[in-house]
Amino acid sequence: MSGFKLGGMTIGSVFKKPETLLYPFEQKQAPAGLRGHVIVDLSMCVFCGICQKRCPADAIAVDKAAGTWAIDDFACVQCACCVKECPKNCLLMEPSPSAVGTSKAPRVFVVGSMR
Amino acid sequence: MGKATVIPFGPQHPVLPEPLHLDLVVQDEKVIEAIPQIGFVHRGLEKLVETRDYNQFLYVCERICGICAAGHSIGYAETVERLMGVEIPKRAEYLRVIWHELSRVHSHLLWLGLAADAFGFESMFMHAWRLRERVLDLFEKTTGGRVILSVVKVGGVHRDIDANQMSEIIHVLDGIMADYRKIVDTLLTDYSVKNRTVGVGTLSHEEAFALSMVGPFARASNVNNDVRCLGNGAYGDLSDFQPIMDAQGDCYARVKVRCLEVLQSIEIIKELAAKIPAGEISVNVKGAPAEGAEVCNVLEQPRGECYYYARGNGTKNLERMRIRTPTSQNIAGMVAALKGCDLADVNMVVLTIDPCISCTER
Repeated sequence: MSGFKLGGMTIGSVFKKPETLLYPFEQKQAPAGLRGHVIVDLSMCVFCGICQKRCPADAIAVDKAAGTWAIDDFACVQCACCVKECPKNCLLMEPSPSAVGTSKAPRVFVVGSMR
Repeated sequence: MGKATVIPFGPQHPVLPEPLHLDLVVQDEKVIEAIPQIGFVHRGLEKLVETRDYNQFLYVCERICGICAAGHSIGYAETVERLMGVEIPKRAEYLRVIWHELSRVHSHLLWLGLAADAFGFESMFMHAWRLRERVLDLFEKTTGGRVILSVVKVGGVHRDIDANQMSEIIHVLDGIMADYRKIVDTLLTDYSVKNRTVGVGTLSHEEAFALSMVGPFARASNVNNDVRCLGNGAYGDLSDFQPIMDAQGDCYARVKVRCLEVLQSIEIIKELAAKIPAGEISVNVKGAPAEGAEVCNVLEQPRGECYYYARGNGTKNLERMRIRTPTSQNIAGMVAALKGCDLADVNMVVLTIDPCISCTER
């Protein structure tokens, strides 16, 4: 008899709204606080290097002399540690995942850019 | 009596979600001995404590295992807080327990799906994972991550759950509970499930006690070692906490204990959500653990008691971090439970113990 209970539940789901989305025609809305990927506003950055020091995955490289800030998306674990530690609040966590990489090179930001 | 034959089982096997290898010594379809072997996914995470400071190591610690991520981050943070004599705000304790119990719900639902799949209950597998998905969505909304939460820090938690989110959690859990009761009633009363599990892989109370079993595996053999009874953190504020126990010690008892624990976890979350005090969610932690300071801590993870040991050396890096996970305890019991069972029942015995080899090897 117990099998009928589950059968009833399965038949019931035919008439309910589907649990899944018809991807890629429908896409799930990312919640506001989702840890997708890190972006930087270099106009506010003072190149103090705290983000590099705090990163548990050694994914960030800050070069004050060259004015560059680089992140290796393949090493980044999206812990948002750098975002919380930044004294100038120039780092942000975008809710969307990072774009598909075409090479394993880190993303390099130079002064005056925001991506 | 036939000749004894050794049948290799795993580490890659259709019913095993984890890389566990068993050499099954079989005679006339009966397992007379099971020799376990692990070591396929060792990553040396405990060693990393020498190169990561105590704040950074939290993110390493929660990557020990995807399913127990919330538990490991909470267990590690509690251990370091004790090592440094830090007291965290009450609200942070409640939030940690709410996330931890949600992770128990998702872990047990994941297990239920895998177990149902092994029984041949494909539709139940789909239903269990459908419900689990709702819990993962709650994690995504409240912490920003679906599996690796990264919400706990030494000194509290990074994010708060506001009143709207809390009522959404309760609403979603009510929805899960309604569907989950139907699934569990089906599973626990179905004769084909009973045929495969009742009296299979039995471990007596004495054996479970002697082999130091932990978690639902021990509780199914009537050994009460639920660490939540110690009342650490917000568990101490629960009005009444009675661990789910069973005396049979067979596969069916283990299935039953895990199934009922989901309902218990939902009740715990509801109670804490109603009682959660207002206030701060973290305190600033500065300095480093003193040289020679050492501390141990226990936490009830979905699979059982997890033991943490930490020793400081006066720097920001810990001298030693040791984690004894529930499955490393339960492997001995699993070998004992496998002795004498039919070859066809091996997968049921292994699955009802719910081993997590990723945790065990670290």
